[in-house]
Amino acid sequence: MRRTLCIALVSIVAVVFASHSAFAESRKSFKVAWSIYTPNMAWGWAEDNGIVKKWADKFGISITSTKFTDYVESINQYTSGEYDALLVTVMDTIVTPAVGGVDNTVVVVQDYSNGNDAVILKGKDKTLKDIKGQKVHLILYSVNHYILTRALESIGLTEKNVSLVNLSDADQVGAFGTADVTAMAAFHPTVYELSKRPDAVNVFNSSMIPGEILDMIVAHTDVVKDNPDFAKALACIWFDVLAITLEDSERGSNARRDMGIASGTDLTGFDAQLATTHFLHEDEHKKFVEGDQIIQNTDRLRNFLYGLNLLGPNAKSSDEIGVEFPSGQVSGSKDNIKLRFTNDYVEFAQKERDKTNP
Amino acid sequence: MKRVINIEPNQSLRWFLILVPFVATIVAYMLASDARLDANAQDKLLPSLSTIGNTIYRLAFVADPRTNQYLLWVDTFASLSRLLPALVISVAIGLVVGVVIGLVPTARAIFGPFMDVISFVPPLSLLPILFIAMGLGETTKILLLVIGITPFLIRTMAMRVGDLPREQLIKAQSLGGSSWLIARKIVVPQLLPHLLDAARLSIGPALLFLIAAEAIASEVGLGYRIFLVRRYLAMDVIIPYVVWITFLAFVMDAALAMLQRVLFPWFQGAR
Repeated sequence: MRRTLCIALVSIVAVVFASHSAFAESRKSFKVAWSIYTPNMAWGWAEDNGIVKKWADKFGISITSTKFTDYVESINQYTSGEYDALLVTVMDTIVTPAVGGVDNTVVVVQDYSNGNDAVILKGKDKTLKDIKGQKVHLILYSVNHYILTRALESIGLTEKNVSLVNLSDADQVGAFGTADVTAMAAFHPTVYELSKRPDAVNVFNSSMIPGEILDMIVAHTDVVKDNPDFAKALACIWFDVLAITLEDSERGSNARRDMGIASGTDLTGFDAQLATTHFLHEDEHKKFVEGDQIIQNTDRLRNFLYGLNLLGPNAKSSDEIGVEFPSGQVSGSKDNIKLRFTNDYVEFAQKERDKTNP
Repeated sequence: MKRVINIEPNQSLRWFLILVPFVATIVAYMLASDARLDANAQDKLLPSLSTIGNTIYRLAFVADPRTNQYLLWVDTFASLSRLLPALVISVAIGLVVGVVIGLVPTARAIFGPFMDVISFVPPLSLLPILFIAMGLGETTKILLLVIGITPFLIRTMAMRVGDLPREQLIKAQSLGGSSWLIARKIVVPQLLPHLLDAARLSIGPALLFLIAAEAIASEVGLGYRIFLVRRYLAMDVIIPYVVWITFLAFVMDAALAMLQRVLFPWFQGAR
């Protein structure tokens, strides 16, 4: 009897724990998850310097943000419903939350990688063709994998022409120093750190495929539908801090120095990383998300992910997941739209910021 | 009124009681999983038992289309071929060094305090150094396991030597036994069953280091797979892998226990 009671109690606790995050409603406090990466450092700076609070107060809400030392964990936490918004790449948004049944709205496309991601070979005078037959070290199933695949495609090779070793980003710089590591696909800060080595050659990078690798602020669609103020605040915060980050002034360089230090480098290092990040200003954001290129790039990405079996174990084609664009056009499954691009919140932020910061 | 400490369940009740926590865990999981799947049919956090079952089938009996390999078995083989050599090497070092430190006062003076200090170096914090010094290959992974569990084995063995009755050693010396002979005939035979005990206790930490090493840089292995699919939250893979690793560890532990009973039947009484 007592034992049955015990089981019942355990079960109730488990059910309550499992389901508390599943419902969206109008509320006042929100949680944002982010991790250390070049464009995201601006978010951290906005948090530290009162910009997040300024806009949250303006909309009468509260926003707490958590810095994760582990990017994947931040995605998993967002996917499980613990966090309302997340700073993440478009590829990882599809792979984890979208495939996991979470409907995501892209509140802001922060930037596209314009050299942040690269394939690097060891040895002077190496070119991309030398990659054939090599052991490539990378984070499998990450953007590393995407840049490598695009690099191989560009010279008519496929993944079968190389062998892949999974290597976490934290260990990439150290590993490149060892004799048996001769090829790597990476992003910043690895790419920046390796650029200082005379024996490392950057043979392919994302500036050759601009506009394909996107960093974004995404939020649960049901949360932003019920609480549009939250999404508006996110967009206002982002463009506010972006303006300061890119400012050619003492305030701007102080901010960049802070962001550099917070990501383990200095002003010079951070400036170098920013130089390979193409940020989207409000006007460009509109053109970018409403354009045709983003549709083609997303199609390419879905095909890539389907090829790696990352659209879910039951996916029948690359159309398993639907992606909606601002015009209302959907590519992929219309019944399973899990990723929605929009310019609404950015447009709002532009007007609002013009009012506040004349 | 019988005291609680004197109530002995009978044989059939005992079997029932053994099953209860296992069944309760599974039932609690099923309820929690159902609740999450009701809210979102594609939820990946707590997949249903049937999804997990399909995944196990796919991993164990269907060749992976990309590599044409049966992932579960390839991973298991790779991990065991790191774990078992590391255990054998550590146990061998643990026995030899432990006996020398325990039996030879000069060796104890030199290495005893050193081992006491060294054994507190957290092995995982050495991992970045090992990767750079030794590369990313198999050697590093096996070395991490050896570094991780050998100090414990050495110290345990040295202490067990100290536990041996002093009279035995004196008697052996009266009979003219040399240090070497005493080590071989008196100390080691009594130490071996303890060595198996210590090896059993090392399996847990060894798995921890194995999974950590595989998580960081690897092409194959049980820990590798878990940390790989973690990138897309494939709990339907992670959960069976965790259960499988637990099962393997349990079997190894039981096998060592059985080996101890077969090889050293006197030991149960001595203990």
